[in-house]
Amino acid sequence: LDSRRSPARLALIAPPALYLFVFLAIPMGLMGLLSFRPALRGGIANFDWTPTLEHYRATFAEGGYTRLLWLSVGVALVVALITTALAYPVAYFLAFRAGRRAPLLLTLLIIPFWTSYLLRLIAWKIILGTNGAINSFFLWTGVIEEPVGLLLYSRTAVVVTLVYVWLPFVALPIYASLLRIDRSVLEAASDLGARPWQRLLRVTLPLSAPGVFAAYLMVFIPTVGEYVSPLLVGGSKGSLYGNIIEIFFGDGINWPRGSAMAMIMLAGVMALVLLIARLVNVRRIVEEP
Amino acid sequence: VTRGLLRWYYLLLLLLLYLPLGMLLLFSINEGTSLSFPLRGVTFDWYRSMFDNGQLLGAVGNSALVASGAATAATILGTCASLAITRFDFRGKGVFLLAALLPLVVPFIILGVSLLILFSALGVSRSLWTVAAGHTVVALPFAMLVMMARLVGFPRSVEEAARDLGASYFYTLRRVIVPMVAPAMLAAWLVAFTVSVDEFVIASFTVGRDPTLPVYIFGQLRFANRFPQVVALSTLTMLVSIGLVVLAERLRRSGPGEAKAA
Repeated sequence: LDSRRSPARLALIAPPALYLFVFLAIPMGLMGLLSFRPALRGGIANFDWTPTLEHYRATFAEGGYTRLLWLSVGVALVVALITTALAYPVAYFLAFRAGRRAPLLLTLLIIPFWTSYLLRLIAWKIILGTNGAINSFFLWTGVIEEPVGLLLYSRTAVVVTLVYVWLPFVALPIYASLLRIDRSVLEAASDLGARPWQRLLRVTLPLSAPGVFAAYLMVFIPTVGEYVSPLLVGGSKGSLYGNIIEIFFGDGINWPRGSAMAMIMLAGVMALVLLIARLVNVRRIVEEP
Repeated sequence: VTRGLLRWYYLLLLLLLYLPLGMLLLFSINEGTSLSFPLRGVTFDWYRSMFDNGQLLGAVGNSALVASGAATAATILGTCASLAITRFDFRGKGVFLLAALLPLVVPFIILGVSLLILFSALGVSRSLWTVAAGHTVVALPFAMLVMMARLVGFPRSVEEAARDLGASYFYTLRRVIVPMVAPAMLAAWLVAFTVSVDEFVIASFTVGRDPTLPVYIFGQLRFANRFPQVVALSTLTMLVSIGLVVLAERLRRSGPGEAKAA
């Protein structure tokens, strides 16, 4: 690293640091401030109010939104679990069995992730709809006589859609962690008499754990705040915690309450992020092999 | 045996990933207006009528504008940040890196509402500018991932030689570093552009009267008869996005320092 203390260092750090301060740190600070405010009366720049914990209390109160918060956490846990489990064999295939074609096969896998997120949700609306692909197929084959209306507008639809949305992305960190495994360790395991499944469970899997863990959290954290897919495929019964926040900042205008709810989610997310930062070396995930 | 099994599993998953996208393609050339089976007949009317829809074309233009701005800002800021992180030691480096990468994991709804609060606190009326400002925050970590991966594999001896020969850091930056990482910067720009073009959540909170494309599409979901047109447009943008990402991937792998990437 360049030990010469040059003005260059400051000139390089200042612009991004300043930008992040203004457009990331300050907004979140303002949101925190707002969450302690009784009401929005007098505009945001008004500081003539006494702080209150009322909005936090109301969120956690009986009949509050705790149930939805846990439901969102539950959905995110399940979505992250399914995606990680589905992606692991693919990452394993790409890292150990795909040979020279691995980069191409990986790119093919990632491409759907780069297509419009809204669009992929809409595609699932078509597939799961009453006259959608699944219903039409089973009607045609005669398995069912009436279209099943339950496919769309349910929490299951939300889970299926989110798994689809995240799947291509999750394979990346797992693949990267598998590539970093020293091949000679695997050979040693085999030479010492480990059966393939023993080698997988006791050598490969533990060594790729940081990547799996990172992949899991990279899906889990953003999914906790998900509100678009419940809107499109979840129906009235599929609402999640994020939908309530959106409502408080939209039609049911109550910014302080919405801020408090967002702060609760942010606190959970930050705790997890700091945990990841401790457990896995962030820079090793960043630097792709 | 496992190899064959794994290959089939990969192919099956790939099929499941592309099937919904194929479904969209199918409905963009279907005559009927409802997005349901049975299919009616082949038509390219939706693609044709798209170009008569002024609102839709306006939204495409808005998105292109926002994404160009956000991608340019994110690439410049991201290059600065990546150079600082890979080339210098400074206090708070870990915090800085964490803050810059934070938007990758924080739910976008939090970023969206907090930016909404910021802009109303500042009395800034929402417009394409506010969307671009928000998109820069989320595109920055993507640009940084591309740049940092590249800078790590970049032969430092060349820039050290320039410094030893008496070039100032900025001269070295301008004449040595930037020309060498230019392909990576272009790749970072394309990735950032793609991120911004697709982004809906932050845009929906920070957008003014002029909609970006995803905001427009979301608004159209209520009107069933305009839906096929939206699907047709989305299919086109999907193909463009895929093209951009493939291009970015090629750029990322080209140029000096490739030995690391290979």
